[in-house]
Amino acid sequence: MASSSIRGAIGALRRSPGLAVLSAVSIGLSLFVLGMFGLVTHNVDVNLRHIERRVEVVAYLRDDVSGQLLEVLQNDVRSFPEVSDLSHVSKFEAMRNAMQDLEEFREVFTDLEMNPLPASIEIQLKPEFRDPESVRRVAELVSLYPFVEDVQYGREWVEKIYRLRRVGGAVAAVLGTAFAIVASLIIGNTIRMAVLSRRDEITIMRLVGATDAFIRRPFLLEGLITGLGGGALALGLTYLTYLVMDGSLLELSWLPNLWAISGTLAGGALGLLASALALRRHLTTYV
Amino acid sequence: MIKLISVYKEYPRSGLALKNVSLHIRKGEFAFLTGPSGAGKSTILRLIHMTERPSEGEVRVSGFSSKQVKRRDIPQLRRRVGMVFQDFRLLRTRTAAENLAFAHEVTGGKRSEIKAKVQRLLAQVGLASRASAYPEELSGGEQQRIAIARALIHDPVILLADEPTGNLDERAANGVFDLIREINSVGTAVLIATHDLDLVRRFSQYRVLELADGAIVYDTLHSDGKQ
Repeated sequence: MASSSIRGAIGALRRSPGLAVLSAVSIGLSLFVLGMFGLVTHNVDVNLRHIERRVEVVAYLRDDVSGQLLEVLQNDVRSFPEVSDLSHVSKFEAMRNAMQDLEEFREVFTDLEMNPLPASIEIQLKPEFRDPESVRRVAELVSLYPFVEDVQYGREWVEKIYRLRRVGGAVAAVLGTAFAIVASLIIGNTIRMAVLSRRDEITIMRLVGATDAFIRRPFLLEGLITGLGGGALALGLTYLTYLVMDGSLLELSWLPNLWAISGTLAGGALGLLASALALRRHLTTYV
Repeated sequence: MIKLISVYKEYPRSGLALKNVSLHIRKGEFAFLTGPSGAGKSTILRLIHMTERPSEGEVRVSGFSSKQVKRRDIPQLRRRVGMVFQDFRLLRTRTAAENLAFAHEVTGGKRSEIKAKVQRLLAQVGLASRASAYPEELSGGEQQRIAIARALIHDPVILLADEPTGNLDERAANGVFDLIREINSVGTAVLIATHDLDLVRRFSQYRVLELADGAIVYDTLHSDGKQ
């Protein structure tokens, strides 16, 4: 039974290779648009994450803080669930960093008799706690220590990045859904054409007493094969575009493997689904 | 074998196609269904083939009843009821033998049996030498013979024919008709829908059911000719 369905599907693909290729290309191009959208979304996300990684809370310390208290503070802060890492920047390191970062003021710094810059601890947060609320909470907790003079975390900046990611995520979801719907419609119509082109076969099958399941199977298999072919084509085209663009126009990162595999499988699933829908319509229209 | 009991068939657009039709075709019987176009001949054949269901009444075919039959049982019914049409309905991209093999295979027939079965059927309809010809390479009469061979693939108990000679010249039509009579002679019931009255008159030994405006107006089986 199964082998005859496979033979039927392969036979159909052989008998009308033009239509099969046309269906696969049409599915491929529809999914390619989706693939390109995925590539852009992924790269925007990678860059925003990269920026977000720089979200940190800096606690400036009073000059008279003892080494013992500093260690207490560091151990306390490390135990916060939001904190991934922290580093201590001494007064001396602060001055050295300032002289490196602000070259134009180097002379001013050199002329100073004493170092006015405070020591600090720079607190890095875990990715899931880089939202404004968590950052503010950590900053507030740290500021409660009496030997912490000031806490800074670039509130506005953190909020902007956070908002950007959320808006970006929503836009990606809406556009992605729209692209996916358009791709599904195109794929659905392509497969429907393929089913319609074999209307005569279906009519004969019904005439001589083939069961619905028997009629359906080779078409579903054909839809699956065509869809997978289209998915693979879309993946290839997206990768080709990535190779051309990466380095010459932008620094891009390739899609995660899970996305690439899901995209290809989605082609197969769409092919299968479109065939099932087209057949359902056809089988109920022509009893 | 075939029973229509007080059958009405109504279509949403064209209205009543059959009005209170009752008939009984027995095992191995040969009958003509005549009447002008639009009288309801094809509707009766479609009801027997269960392509359509009656709006009212009941159709019984070889143990299946239109009142109880489920969609999934209909393929089994169709393997017992062969059907041929005026326009042959052969697959143009397949040879004569492939058309028969297709019908065998899509109904779950064993691959090992196909070749022998196809050869036997082709011989039965007198076209053993035309196995590898495509439909467009065959004459109308030959195409109808292949369509008949396809209808016989499951050794049906009934053969329904909707204007089987309508597209054929007289010689081809006679050949096809003789073939159908041969099939009937070995026990297969035959119901032919036709408006070819010459044909019906030539074979007056067979039962004739005449339809007009969706009702049976004449049946030679009944002594008074009326139902």
